[in-house]
Amino acid sequence: MSIQEQIRDQLNGSSIVLYIKGTPQMPQCGFSAKAVQLLSACGAHFASYNILENPDLRQGLKEFSNWPTFPQLYIRGELVGGCDIMVELNQKGELKKLVDQAQS
Amino acid sequence: MMRPEDIQTMIEQGLPGAEVRVAGDGHHFEAVVTAADFAGKGTLQRHQMVYRTLGGKMGNEIHALSLKTLAPGE
Repeated sequence: MSIQEQIRDQLNGSSIVLYIKGTPQMPQCGFSAKAVQLLSACGAHFASYNILENPDLRQGLKEFSNWPTFPQLYIRGELVGGCDIMVELNQKGELKKLVDQAQS
Repeated sequence: MMRPEDIQTMIEQGLPGAEVRVAGDGHHFEAVVTAADFAGKGTLQRHQMVYRTLGGKMGNEIHALSLKTLAPGE
């Protein structure tokens, strides 16, 4: 299975998917930790994947999403953005709306 | 190590006519980019446009670049 197919399966498998450096319990980067904290505060149930353990996934995602950094948040298979955009959405109360819609 | 001026030049070359201000410590940077090309585009698209001007540097030499992307008048 190609990395692009793997990514598609992962995105189809959960309505909210977060690709980070590390794990939610042990994030390896401040931005990834912030993304986990924001999602948890919104009551999101999300699948998370550690790109540090899978260099092919890391490179494949950059091409898949045309987004060069991590974390990367996907809701219903669509790239929402990285940490910056999550913070911005959260400040406007839009992150919670997106999470609620995805989990409805 | 990347300097703010290096990033500023790359963004200016990639987004002709944009007004660019960059600050940073060599790994983490912040940039404010005002460009007419952003008009009518969402935040995600705007950030992708800026990242595209930096080629392979994003996520490598540049660990993090926090962006504020504005269209003129915003």
